[in-house]
Amino acid sequence: MSTAEFARKFIEAIPHANALGMELCDIGQGRAVIAMPYDTRIVGDTRTGVIHGGAVSALMDTCCGAAVMSHPSAPGGTATIDLRIDYMRAATPGQTIVTTAECYHVTRSVAFVRATTVDDDTDRPVATATGAFTIEKGF
Amino acid sequence: MARKPEPMQVVKQRRDAALTAIVDSIPYARFLGVTFDRRGDELTGILNYDDTLIGNPFLPALHGGATAAFLELTSVITLGWRHYFPAIESGDLDPEDMAAGNLPRMPKTIDFTIDYLRSGLPRDAYARASISRAGRRYASVHVEAWQDHHDKLYAQATGHFLMPSPDQDPGTRNAG
Repeated sequence: MSTAEFARKFIEAIPHANALGMELCDIGQGRAVIAMPYDTRIVGDTRTGVIHGGAVSALMDTCCGAAVMSHPSAPGGTATIDLRIDYMRAATPGQTIVTTAECYHVTRSVAFVRATTVDDDTDRPVATATGAFTIEKGF
Repeated sequence: MARKPEPMQVVKQRRDAALTAIVDSIPYARFLGVTFDRRGDELTGILNYDDTLIGNPFLPALHGGATAAFLELTSVITLGWRHYFPAIESGDLDPEDMAAGNLPRMPKTIDFTIDYLRSGLPRDAYARASISRAGRRYASVHVEAWQDHHDKLYAQATGHFLMPSPDQDPGTRNAG
């Protein structure tokens, strides 16, 4: 099983990602793309219909973890050490949001990741994130 | 003559109704199973355990994203709650009116940084936010979360928030 296949299986087995309706679009070489369709259950304010920042955080965290798992160094697992999320604007209600995460550096024990989330207007990010993740040893 | 204090039940009912109206306006809080325990103006967020909160089924451990969302919800609601508390107490904000959908605006998250200190166990988690500074436009909030032992935090976070502008904010317009 390739790293990407293993990472895909790992991501698809995450109950919380499934509960949020996340769909893995692309994965491999330390890069992952995950989409999350609009859902009224994850709205943060009933008056505006804008999805809650926390749901964006969950998507970012999952996608960053997926990017780490797909890194060529083939980590056996990963966990978030820290994650900083900057919210640029509200995601447009009704639109799917898509996060692209890139694991741009790994050491023996730490992976460094950055991510960007967009909606249909891909020129104006909804949110960006940077984080450090653990590298669990392989099998 | 000093005004006679309101009966305790009236005070509690008003505060609880206002808090419920705020939390109910956030569908995502229900989705995650986040509720709040109130003591006076102090809030404790509770992430009620459910299997859908799991991020690593092999350990098992709570999803980091669920924890992030829980901490952010606790921060925003605590900040909003404290911001509007005087207006709720004075009667400028009416809980019935709030429950009918006439809610004041909540703070908006600018950035949020989460430290994961331990893996989240598959059981309830608790969080309390403290407001480091609440300015007119910006606020800085620190939030800590724990599970079985309050002195063993499993996550903490710091966030910055944009406060609702006073002209959008009926409850505090006349607060001076």
